[in-house]
Amino acid sequence: MSKSITVIYFAIFREKAGMSEEVILTEVNSTSELFEELKDRHKLNEPLGHCKVAINDDLADWESEISDGDTVLLFPPVAGG
Amino acid sequence: MKVTSSRIDIAMCSQKLINSSAGALAGFEGWVRNYNDGHKVLRLEYEVYTPIAESEGRKIIQEAKEQFNILDAQCIHRSGLLEIGECAVWVGVSSVHRNEGFDACRYIIDHIKIRLPIWKKEYYENGDSGWVNCEHCAAAR
Repeated sequence: MSKSITVIYFAIFREKAGMSEEVILTEVNSTSELFEELKDRHKLNEPLGHCKVAINDDLADWESEISDGDTVLLFPPVAGG
Repeated sequence: MKVTSSRIDIAMCSQKLINSSAGALAGFEGWVRNYNDGHKVLRLEYEVYTPIAESEGRKIIQEAKEQFNILDAQCIHRSGLLEIGECAVWVGVSSVHRNEGFDACRYIIDHIKIRLPIWKKEYYENGDSGWVNCEHCAAAR
């Protein structure tokens, strides 16, 4: 069954995607599958291991399951401090 | 742990750590410098996702309190545009003795830099700009 997911992009991901967020319909089950689907569409070529992900404002990992109605935050490699 | 778009008032931040049991205050300030990776930098812009930056920052401070024998710790990180020489991040740790304070301060800043959703865009003298690290990761592939 397809899920409706809100994806929010930050920093270089937002610039590459040309938008700060979008709602997508997808069949994928995990955050890594979602990233795979979006990376080709938006040329997000940063290595997965350097990126982070959050679901509904909680940090998650790349095996986390996504559900219909979730908001997924895609974080490119961070550079605080 | 706090994210702010205003100048960091270090004296005021340090006051929050005043404790009559404390014999030491260890602090770290991260400053905006005028060059990086061979480029002359004019200013920086920090993008921060504040809800998770603050919750993850609080978690890091809690970890430091559990791992090191300290009394208290605070951290504040800037967002938005910063000029050369401004303080971008401050960490302060109060402890009975200095060694635990230094160790905890190091732990906190090291984890702040790699775990918080914060991104740094540099604006260069030649008119270019770039996200720090993102390009490095791409180049390293």
